[in-house]
Amino acid sequence: MAFLRLAAQLLLYLPLMALIGTFSTSPRFELIPPGDALVRISIIHAAQRKQECRKRTPEELAKLPPNMRATLDCPRERAPLSVELEVDGAVVFRRTVPPAGLRHDGAASLYHRLPVAAGRHRVVARMRDRADGPFNYQRAETLELAPGAQLLIDFVAAKGGFDFRGG
Amino acid sequence: MAAANAIDRAFVAAERWLDAPFGARANPLRNLGTLAFLLFWVLAASGIYLFIYFDTSVEGAYASIEALSVEQWWLGGIVRSLHRYAADAFVAATLLHLLREWAAGRFRRFRRFSWISGVPLLWLMYASGIVGYWLVWDARAQISALATAEWFDVLGVTAEPMARNFLGAESVGDRLFSLFVFLHIGLPLALLAGMWIHVQRIGQPRTVAPRALVGATLGMLLGAALLHPAASQAPWDPLHLPSEIELDWLMLFVHPLMAATSPALLWLIVGGATLTLVALPALARGAKPVPAVVDPANCNGCARCTVDCPYQAVLLIPAPNVRTGRQVEIMAERCAACGLCAGACPSSTPFRSTEALAAGIDMPDASVQQQRLRLEAALARIVNDSPAQTGRIIVFACAAAANAARLEDARTARLDMRCIGMLPPSFIEYALRAGADGALLVACRAGECAYRLGAELTAQRLAGTRQPILRKSVPRERLRMVELAAGEEADLAAARDALRAALEAMAPAPLQPPKRERLGRAHAEA
Repeated sequence: MAFLRLAAQLLLYLPLMALIGTFSTSPRFELIPPGDALVRISIIHAAQRKQECRKRTPEELAKLPPNMRATLDCPRERAPLSVELEVDGAVVFRRTVPPAGLRHDGAASLYHRLPVAAGRHRVVARMRDRADGPFNYQRAETLELAPGAQLLIDFVAAKGGFDFRGG
Repeated sequence: MAAANAIDRAFVAAERWLDAPFGARANPLRNLGTLAFLLFWVLAASGIYLFIYFDTSVEGAYASIEALSVEQWWLGGIVRSLHRYAADAFVAATLLHLLREWAAGRFRRFRRFSWISGVPLLWLMYASGIVGYWLVWDARAQISALATAEWFDVLGVTAEPMARNFLGAESVGDRLFSLFVFLHIGLPLALLAGMWIHVQRIGQPRTVAPRALVGATLGMLLGAALLHPAASQAPWDPLHLPSEIELDWLMLFVHPLMAATSPALLWLIVGGATLTLVALPALARGAKPVPAVVDPANCNGCARCTVDCPYQAVLLIPAPNVRTGRQVEIMAERCAACGLCAGACPSSTPFRSTEALAAGIDMPDASVQQQRLRLEAALARIVNDSPAQTGRIIVFACAAAANAARLEDARTARLDMRCIGMLPPSFIEYALRAGADGALLVACRAGECAYRLGAELTAQRLAGTRQPILRKSVPRERLRMVELAAGEEADLAAARDALRAALEAMAPAPLQPPKRERLGRAHAEA
């Protein structure tokens, strides 16, 4: 009787074991459709100030406490950051992000990922980091994106503009 | 509620079906919470072994796990697989435990603390498991870490997107691995602390699994580890994504869910689910139980009720004016009104000659005094109805167990009670001395006690291993205890008939009647 109970227990544990074993690896998960590549655009950048510094008049300076009489008045607020991504002539991503901080004087940041079909693509990234005017940074590349490839688009001010990695 | 009832019925059917091969004590479905504790310790033990060999660096993490799995497959590989499958089994047991408690309605009133304290444990469980997958630093870790970062980024609480930390090789440093390891140790420790809190309002919580269950669970995990060893995916590569990966759907299901919806919607889903779970006890309706009350004049501070309370509702407090220096106090909001405390009280004995019986701790709506009066009336009836016969049986029946109403006849009387644990053993002796030839105790089916401990404590009291005991002088052959659920009335009738047949074959019990004039009066009045 004890043997029968043990055998029955074993038989009942088997499906549980199979369930756990199966769902720990199956079904397989596709993050992007097969044959696609992934473009990730991630930027952190402090845009230009919204307003230029201006020289205070003697009258204005006189009104200020002595310890605050700085000659230049530089408003801290920065311009929003506008970014645009074009693939094969079509704009696939466009976003304007405000600067961080209560006074909007921090860096603006954005992150976006975008699956694209693998193959040869003309990728153009544009960015504006000033209050108005056209995009003041641009980089265009023709890239061969393999299936599963990741193209990372970053903006590195020290390198003078956009940085394309991978692809 | 219809869904909850249907799920509850399904669980009950499955539990009873599994009782046959496993026995109620080692039945995994009846021990889901206990099983989660067991699996936690399996995870802790296997995790410590893995940590010994784990290299906490970007370059070494993947290689160290691969070396353990390949070069030391006979131990390290098995331990790694055990760790993986124990984590999955932990998730499965926890979710089933949650579903079981919800379906059975065990989240209201006195269960509220246990229910609400369990909700953060779900977050800690998943957080511990997900971070554990990152330590492997393979493609699965890459996808999981990035997806988690993207999920948190939508909240916008960090100065820069967290996802940037996983985009390029230059942004991933060894210090990040130290953080992962810290999280994978710290989160499970927080989980353990939470599990300890979770059972604080449970009297005599079952956190140690019976040996049979331990053996079977370890055997199952070992079988899975040998037949389907855990394996890594391709190494982490920031510039390449595998088209598909093997995903642990029990642990990492949030990633496909987010891919199918959006990070914001995923927050809505899991946030909404969490809030619903937390709010559930407040939304539930039902009659409020009338809590037990303490009579300081009759309480000697023995603490039996404190120990036996299934929901930690009876506290022992200092009482300088009392001889023992301590007394019990009821936490009304925790009290289930099960009456187990009254059953444990040494003053709950019907042999006391006082006219108005008062116990140290008692149920206002089902007092020991009322029970004694009802018992005396029931005994008077069977004594009067069958004065010359033997085989008179008093049935002490739990209201949630098999219905004993149909058993009543000229020689059978019954005394219903909220839980069989409410019965002080002295009532049995009293009944046998005052006219009953035998006593039948009807408890809920093993593992199904509505108040967790009723049948178990009663059995221990009858066996003399728990106070208050049934005195040794009471003939045990005149006593039966059966554990039968509603719907098993035929079995109950058979048990009564078997007891009666045994009683009829016995000589009269050599017990002196109790010295209470009241009994004589009760007989006469009946």
